[in-house]
Amino acid sequence: MAKHETPLLDQLESGPWPSFVSDMKQQAEVRAKNEANVEFQIPQDCVDDLLGVLELSFKHGRTHWKHGGIVGVFGYGGGVIGRYCDQPKLFPGVEHFHTMRVNQPAGKYYTSEYLRQITKIWDMRGSGMTNMHGATGDIILLGTTTPQLEEVFYELTHNMNQDLGGSGSNLRTPADCLGSSRCEYSCYDTNALVHFLTNEFQDELHRPAFPYKFKFKLDGCPNGCVASIARSDMSFIGTWKDDIKIDQDAVNKYIECDAGYPANAGAHKDRDWGPFDIQKEVIGLCPTGCMKMNGKELEIDNSNCTRCMHCINTMPRALKIGDVRGCSILVGAKAPILDGAQMGSLLVPFIEVNPENDYEALTDVIENVWDWWMEEGKNRERLGELIMRQGFQKILEVTGIKAQPQHVAYPRTNPYIFWKEDEVEGGWERDVVEYRKHHLR
Amino acid sequence: MAFISSGYNPAKPMENRISDIGPRHFEEFYPEVIKKNKGKWTHHEILESGVLVHVSETGDEVYTVRCGGARLMGTAHINEICDIADKHCDGHLRFTTRNNIEFMVDSKDKVEPLMNDLKSRKFPGGSQKFPIGGTGAGITNIVHTQGWLHCHTPATDASGTVKATMDELFDDFQSMKLPAHLRVSMACCLNMCGAVHCSDIAILGYHRKPPMLDHEYLDKLCEIPLAVSSCPTAAIKPAKVTLANGEEVKSVAVKNERCMFCGNCYTMCPSMPLADTEGDGIVLMAGGKVSNRISDPKFSKVVVAFLPNDMPRWPSMTDAINKMVNAYSNGANKYERLGDWAERIGWEKFFEVCELDFTHHLIDDFRQQAYMSWRQSTNFKF
Repeated sequence: MAKHETPLLDQLESGPWPSFVSDMKQQAEVRAKNEANVEFQIPQDCVDDLLGVLELSFKHGRTHWKHGGIVGVFGYGGGVIGRYCDQPKLFPGVEHFHTMRVNQPAGKYYTSEYLRQITKIWDMRGSGMTNMHGATGDIILLGTTTPQLEEVFYELTHNMNQDLGGSGSNLRTPADCLGSSRCEYSCYDTNALVHFLTNEFQDELHRPAFPYKFKFKLDGCPNGCVASIARSDMSFIGTWKDDIKIDQDAVNKYIECDAGYPANAGAHKDRDWGPFDIQKEVIGLCPTGCMKMNGKELEIDNSNCTRCMHCINTMPRALKIGDVRGCSILVGAKAPILDGAQMGSLLVPFIEVNPENDYEALTDVIENVWDWWMEEGKNRERLGELIMRQGFQKILEVTGIKAQPQHVAYPRTNPYIFWKEDEVEGGWERDVVEYRKHHLR
Repeated sequence: MAFISSGYNPAKPMENRISDIGPRHFEEFYPEVIKKNKGKWTHHEILESGVLVHVSETGDEVYTVRCGGARLMGTAHINEICDIADKHCDGHLRFTTRNNIEFMVDSKDKVEPLMNDLKSRKFPGGSQKFPIGGTGAGITNIVHTQGWLHCHTPATDASGTVKATMDELFDDFQSMKLPAHLRVSMACCLNMCGAVHCSDIAILGYHRKPPMLDHEYLDKLCEIPLAVSSCPTAAIKPAKVTLANGEEVKSVAVKNERCMFCGNCYTMCPSMPLADTEGDGIVLMAGGKVSNRISDPKFSKVVVAFLPNDMPRWPSMTDAINKMVNAYSNGANKYERLGDWAERIGWEKFFEVCELDFTHHLIDDFRQQAYMSWRQSTNFKF
């Protein structure tokens, strides 16, 4: 018998898509029965109360959660988000119901052994409810009381060799696509780089010293599966500088509609789009028009290719990314709060991704950008907003990067150039008396 | 409920403290076939919706079965995922950026037993636990935020709107019939923890009433200068207010007609709540993308200014989403993303074929960049 009636939520148990309501009810029941004899450290019926408070929100059309308040683990300024219910008498099991962010491993690969260790800790010391995963990438442990925060942290660090992620005005937990671990398009090892950056900048991740949040996201190629270009202050997108590699035999297999060579790697299989037409589907859709057939040979004018990935995605067995690989760095992406959304802007067209020297080229850029932002950024000003306020020229200046046409979609349409004194011959100091000798008042 | 110590000593928090160790190393978690073939993959193929094969230059293959799931999951469900991984995948699995679960096996004969097992698991309410799909030219899982489940600023629920939408779009999750892939994302307020602003279709919670002012507590709970400076439109100013009991307190005043309902003041000051049953609801956006393929990444555009919160299944929202998906499916060319299609036919045609009303709310009037979106030519369609 459920603790609270949930007639509205019950209607979300039907339908084919996995029901979060059924999942919560399952969890509530497992806790109630407690066949594993867990010595619960927070109320056993907290998931019942979580269902109850959510039902009340469905009835009211308003949330029943309050602001966080300052809770956390000793010495860290992030990783824990305080959360309190605004109807504690009705739902005492979720009166204090804080979130803990656990730093996910690169590529989100797991073993069942690891996940069972997490679930065991969380069954005993928390609600047992999680998000796999939060939007930034962490494992989200959803709901525990203040005294359990240190206990969970202790168990994670001592028994699992596992740390918390970021929150607040910190470096947020960096996230990546699965990269070369299982993708032929990846231009660098995203798993290795995200792991390196996360460890290299542990202090920035745990202790708030920034004007606001800062996100790193790593995409192995311009397909952008983790959306780094739209949602990270610094986005590392894999790319290459040399030629797309062509297997002409495989190109002709695609043209001949060989069954082993489905267009777009089979992504359109469930609809009849007619036989594959290389002219229409690849050459005609190339945004730069840099491809053509010469008899049975496909030709690519690589100097005019922008590496958009369309041809490679469409004929993955015939076309491969080049061999001179690295990444582009884009900066300043963010969601609309406050002055509107920003897309990442290209700062470094190509940079080597070299684990041999601890990614020195990349960390140089990162540290220069942070020095500037920490010095000049206002409270709650994202990097993108600072770039808007002080100008793109400023970020080029602080990073020592030379302006190049790749930095703009098109040059400025106004002539209001902020010339600096040292850029103008003779400087700005002039003698008005001398001037007036030739120009009467 | 006796307190059980982990070993942590509150009197000496630094004793044996371990910190700044980061996440576990990813190589501990790679399946054997991944470890062996990392960086050697030559190509892949989607064999059917939700099933991929990646082929290595060594001749090895890894078969991946992708399943949808609610990102909100209890440990009982996670343990069930572990059982499946133990039974079929030597105890390995991974999650995708879009909250899908991927089970990987190293030979083709292991795929069918895995799929049959996944298909057989259902919740008592009837929904599938592990629906297979989410690949190629279809709809994959929705990335989303917390909503009413666990957040203090939402204007709608996240898990509920996502469940309602995925039930409606389920056929496109399990098939690959669309012109290109179509990404749906959900954020329950303008903070957009989910960063939905570059999605083919975005569901966004939005407030429409300015904050209420809890004068009695405002100065006790908030830093007034922070509340004032939090407002992007400078609608908030410090004020002195006389309470009903005659006491004069420091507080703020809000110029309501300037409010853009972003809720940033409430984030800084709990005495300025915005949430309201009638005021809050859904904004729909469309036509964004993050991939660089064929065309540049682009922002989603607001296509429905407001829909009411209509629990538990938000029918007017799913109806509008269905109309967009159907019109796109019927009208777009192969490989064409929703936003590219809308730009090709023109947004005026988009509203016509999607049967969506265009209202003055959809014309940008926020800051200087608004001008860029007005039509500055005579090239339009009747």
